[in-house]
Amino acid sequence: MSPMSNLAHHHTAYHPRWYRRRMSVWWWLKDRAYMKFVVRELTSVFVAYFAVLFLWQIRAVTQGPDAYAQFMGRLKTPLFLTANIVAFLFVLYHTITWFNLTPTAMVVRVRGKRVPDTIVAGSNYVAWLIVSVIVAWIFTRGI
Amino acid sequence: MDTFSCDVLIVGGGGAGLRAAIAVAETYPSVSVTVISKVYPMRSHTVSAEGGAAAVIKSGDSLDAHAYDTISGSDWLCDQDAVEAFVREAPAEMLQLEHWGCPWSREPDGHVAVRPFGGMKVERTWFAADKTGFHMLHTLFQTSLKYEGIRRHDECFVTKLLMDDGRCQGVVAIELATGKIQAITAKAVVLCTGGCGKIFPFTTNANIKNGDGMALAYRAGAPLKDMEFVQYHPTGLPFTGILITEAARSEGGWLLNKDGYRYLQDYDLGTPEPTPVLRSMELGPRDRLSQAFVKEQEKERTMKGPYGDYVHLDVRHLGERKIDGKIPFVRELCLKYAGLDPVKDMIPVRPVVHYMMGGIHTDIHGATAMPGLYAAGEAACVSINGANRLGSNSLTELLVFGARAGKAAAVFASERGEPSPSVLAQAHDEQRRLEEQFLFKTSGKERIATVRQAMQETVEQSAGIYRDASALQQAEAKLQRLQERFRDVNLEDHSYTFNTELTAALELSYMLDLAQVIVGSALQRRESRGSHQRTDHPERNDGRFLAHSMAHRGEDGLPQIEYLPVTITRWPPGERVYGR
Amino acid sequence: MPPTIALDVIRYRPEQDAEPAFQTYEVPFRDDWVVLDALNYIKDRLDGSLSFRWSCRMGVCGSCGMMVNGKPKLTCAAFLSDYLPGPVRVEPLNYFPIMRDLIVDITDFMRKLTKVKPWIIRDQVWPLEEGEYRQTPEQLDTYKQFSQCINCMLCYAACPIVGLEPEFVGPAAIALAQRYNLDSRDEAAGERLKILSDHAGIWGCTFVGECTQVCPKHVDPAGAIQQFKLTAALDALKSFLVPWGTR
Repeated sequence: MSPMSNLAHHHTAYHPRWYRRRMSVWWWLKDRAYMKFVVRELTSVFVAYFAVLFLWQIRAVTQGPDAYAQFMGRLKTPLFLTANIVAFLFVLYHTITWFNLTPTAMVVRVRGKRVPDTIVAGSNYVAWLIVSVIVAWIFTRGI
Repeated sequence: MDTFSCDVLIVGGGGAGLRAAIAVAETYPSVSVTVISKVYPMRSHTVSAEGGAAAVIKSGDSLDAHAYDTISGSDWLCDQDAVEAFVREAPAEMLQLEHWGCPWSREPDGHVAVRPFGGMKVERTWFAADKTGFHMLHTLFQTSLKYEGIRRHDECFVTKLLMDDGRCQGVVAIELATGKIQAITAKAVVLCTGGCGKIFPFTTNANIKNGDGMALAYRAGAPLKDMEFVQYHPTGLPFTGILITEAARSEGGWLLNKDGYRYLQDYDLGTPEPTPVLRSMELGPRDRLSQAFVKEQEKERTMKGPYGDYVHLDVRHLGERKIDGKIPFVRELCLKYAGLDPVKDMIPVRPVVHYMMGGIHTDIHGATAMPGLYAAGEAACVSINGANRLGSNSLTELLVFGARAGKAAAVFASERGEPSPSVLAQAHDEQRRLEEQFLFKTSGKERIATVRQAMQETVEQSAGIYRDASALQQAEAKLQRLQERFRDVNLEDHSYTFNTELTAALELSYMLDLAQVIVGSALQRRESRGSHQRTDHPERNDGRFLAHSMAHRGEDGLPQIEYLPVTITRWPPGERVYGR
Repeated sequence: MPPTIALDVIRYRPEQDAEPAFQTYEVPFRDDWVVLDALNYIKDRLDGSLSFRWSCRMGVCGSCGMMVNGKPKLTCAAFLSDYLPGPVRVEPLNYFPIMRDLIVDITDFMRKLTKVKPWIIRDQVWPLEEGEYRQTPEQLDTYKQFSQCINCMLCYAACPIVGLEPEFVGPAAIALAQRYNLDSRDEAAGERLKILSDHAGIWGCTFVGECTQVCPKHVDPAGAIQQFKLTAALDALKSFLVPWGTR
């Protein structure tokens, strides 16, 4: 018997006794949509991880070539390789989900007509591609 | 017992009730106003109105033209002084709603757009796509939130009017959430409770439309006017009774019989043209279109479906763009509820009970025969609708006569003293009645739904589109028996909390009284006029019946019918001409 | 086509039940029946004590929202045939206090709705003789979508923030605030921004996005809230960069 049942005797005529459901801490496991949302939120941890990694890299650069080589060496260990691949996948998920959400947050109007969602979201991907090509160009030229 | 008091009490939170409340709050800020409603105001049935609201605004139109369309549409049974006030005040009311934020559809230059509508000689129907009632109701409701002076009792069900010395001084109501029975005293009461389409089995009306206010007023001694006039809308979806708006025809839709033939041309409604012609064919008045359906049915030129015979409403030739622009809700409703797409498919439709032209008798200020009691909207009969209402006049009526009734009630309230304390004793009696007859009663044998269904079938068979004396007499006897069966009704639910079985029982008792009034009034009117067609008296008889039927509740609980002459100002009765 | 289908319906009668529990009813299966038709069959023929709200049966009054198999739905638009072979689980809307059976308490929403001032506010009110405020179809189009809200509460029942943070104003009320903000006749966007610029308002939303998914009228409350956030952020940035130039 639930601990609530003794309350049943507490109902008085003409007085409300609303039942308030309590939310389980596992609420997000009960629905696929909620789970996807929580995963999307969790991806921010991996974005933060890359940011920390980047700061660490800058620190290594400032400490001279030896420290930098040591840093690069660490990155090649299986532990970091695995971590980075996993983190990369999550960040990719993060990027794609947020790109797809942009049309909801930003309504672009051209001559009074709303620009279709696919174009707003699509322009993110186009910009992403252009930036990637530029980065790749700088990178390959550098070698 | 909890008691509240206020100056003006408005029963019903739909279009008329909210407009009345705002009128009181704006015009007489010192008069306290309370709105009591059995549902949250935005659930009221005004929300379902689709096509539009009529008011003269464009050049080329005139108040007289609107008045003439309304009067001829009513088959000369409306009161012409009321119609003149109505058409005169309509434009300002509609503009007021625009100022409050109603999203009216617009012309490219930013002016309000109008569309043609059935029985109207000029385009004068303002519209918000095809969700006009929805937008009007939400605009009124959201605007009403601005006035701190407007107090609301949501989800409270009124069971009785408190009367003292012939004057209405408040109501008894059940607070649904707790089951508390409350007395709310008021110096004036305005009934805005809508119609009673649920007396019929097949209706566009929502579940809440049980004629509560009409029955309350009738039981308190106020006469009901012209109750035999029931509007059948020609285009409802079979089974659900969902309304397919007249706008579908005013934008160019066709009614076709099983041979794909625009059959209205056979019923003196004009000749078919590819594009809509005002006051012609599909843009004829609703009574004539619904009657034409029955004639087609008799000729076996309608189609047979699982939910009765039907014809087709064809809008395919309008194209997807126009359908989505002008009648998107029609498409949404068809896709969601009928499993068809009007862009590609014809829509099966049949006549469906839609509106009560009759109601609580009021003057042009919304005052009933009882001092302190006012009414507006579908619950009232002013009358501007007579024997047949024109589409798009009822939404405007809510505004014009809602505002008028609210103001008149406020003036009455400010001139009167506090309600007499003796009414509280009546409230205690009412509490005892509710408990003895329903809440605590355990002996009944009848199911509410069984009695309700029997009532609905009885009324449909006798007081449908065509009527005759023998069917109506049989119905009178059947309804009398149903009243007796109702006394033996059984409630399984004895809870105080949100007892919807109790409210269903009370609603059924209201509807049974009104069913007797509808049938009684229809039997007495031995002529055919507008929506009231007697096969045994097929002609209009102005000599005898150019008059409103007034139903009083007799000592025996049965309606006593008297007649009140129609007010004629400038338009003597003539022939109703459409399509020529 | 099966002859019958089972409905597992939540019952809660505060006089006698300590907490809500399921009760199973067997109703005839009909192709054109929606969940609401089945509930009415139960009420009319099997158990008159089952309580639920309903009215228009055409998806516009907003009364009959319930959880159907765990998802918020208008029961007048949820066809039994989509839930074959059953049983269909019918529960009161999530995150609201249950009053009785399938009926929930929405008074809190009414309070929140009033809080966002969902009415036209302007400095200069035209006299009616001046006619209508001009509004082009394009201007109408900017807020039209957000004006379609029927207050059915499905978006609240879909939003975990509503459950976690009771003071959160919630999707429908914010969408309606945005509806007036975007209306060319209104001038109070700044006022509403002040009301909603906190964690009970727009910043409470973490963009789960389910409100938009479940909305039967395609109102897109999630969009309304994000657009609102964007305006708020740009406003804050502007007042930071040009503190003397803002309202």
